[in-house]
Amino acid sequence: MSPLYIARSHEIAARALDGEMMIMSVRDSTLFNLNESGTIIWQAADGVTPLEEIVARRICAEYEVEPAEALQDAENFVRELAGHGIFLVSDQPLAAAAAKSGEQA
Amino acid sequence: MGELATLAHERFIEIGEMSILVRTDSLDFARLLEDRYGSFVSAPVPRPAFELDIELAPLGSLSEDEDVDVRRESGCWLIQRGDFRAELNPKTCRGWVRQTENPYSIDAVLRILHSLILAEQGGFLVHAASAVRNGWAYVFAGVSGAGKTTLARLAPPDARLLTDEISYVRPRDSGYEAFGTPFAGELARLGENVRAPLAALHLLEQGPENRLEEVSEAEAAQALLRNILFFAHDEELVGMIFQTVCDFVRRVPVRRLVFTPDARVWELIA
Repeated sequence: MSPLYIARSHEIAARALDGEMMIMSVRDSTLFNLNESGTIIWQAADGVTPLEEIVARRICAEYEVEPAEALQDAENFVRELAGHGIFLVSDQPLAAAAAKSGEQA
Repeated sequence: MGELATLAHERFIEIGEMSILVRTDSLDFARLLEDRYGSFVSAPVPRPAFELDIELAPLGSLSEDEDVDVRRESGCWLIQRGDFRAELNPKTCRGWVRQTENPYSIDAVLRILHSLILAEQGGFLVHAASAVRNGWAYVFAGVSGAGKTTLARLAPPDARLLTDEISYVRPRDSGYEAFGTPFAGELARLGENVRAPLAALHLLEQGPENRLEEVSEAEAAQALLRNILFFAHDEELVGMIFQTVCDFVRRVPVRRLVFTPDARVWELIA
């Protein structure tokens, strides 16, 4: 399986509230409330780190989950959000896209 | 559009400290505005926030069965519904409305215009009743059927009703302020043209008893976003409203008000 690279889209507005990341697609106004692991993936989506590495280093290290299952869950998650323009997903690094983000602390 | 010189009748409609000059060549329509907006029709001001020229179309020439469509083209807001067309230029603060002689079309234009201008100022219009008691404003947000009008009816005599349908909220240096609006729901009564600092926002939910529940900032923001008047599918506007809501829930107490139709609910509120 080829590596999957993810970056945060520019077409979003995002804020952390009570430690939960809230993200709104400015394209279709859909609102997403990320849980802890979703927030970890969001924050690590730099466009150059493969999703597999993010899951192994940040999710599996933090939670007691089986790596293959965690990766599958993560992939489903990013593909669903990519469908709403929240994530950019590619089998190539997305360094330029990762340089900016609408996120504010 | 008709020549400006022929639009002889001017009415200033001031809501939320924002005066909008409405010009028409029809005395009947000018009187209709006075009837519709009551105490919200003000004396002339030298610099209104926006000027609208009304072109009246013959009755029956426009249909009434379309959803409103708001989009930005070449810097102007184009608004279209079956019963009216409007173009608003935010740079010149001028616009025109083509509608038949009725109060509903201009009402929709005013709501949209206020929501667009307020968004840039960090404020919003929200589906909510609101009232002032003991010098503080309380806002009660909820979708249709959540109990906005019921709660307004249950308000004690010393409460001043700002609206039973659409509340008007503006940021201030210290917190927010709520204003009365002429936008009425089932109560069919204009809100009082007064304002007060905002004490709290309650998310309405009917239940078997009266109680207040804490909600997280994220839940408050989600609920508020569902109730804010939001007409345009415009990326810049969506981003502004999202940030406004996140700022609001950090600065204003937001709670869920579970209530039963009983006047004692107001003992929990103020």
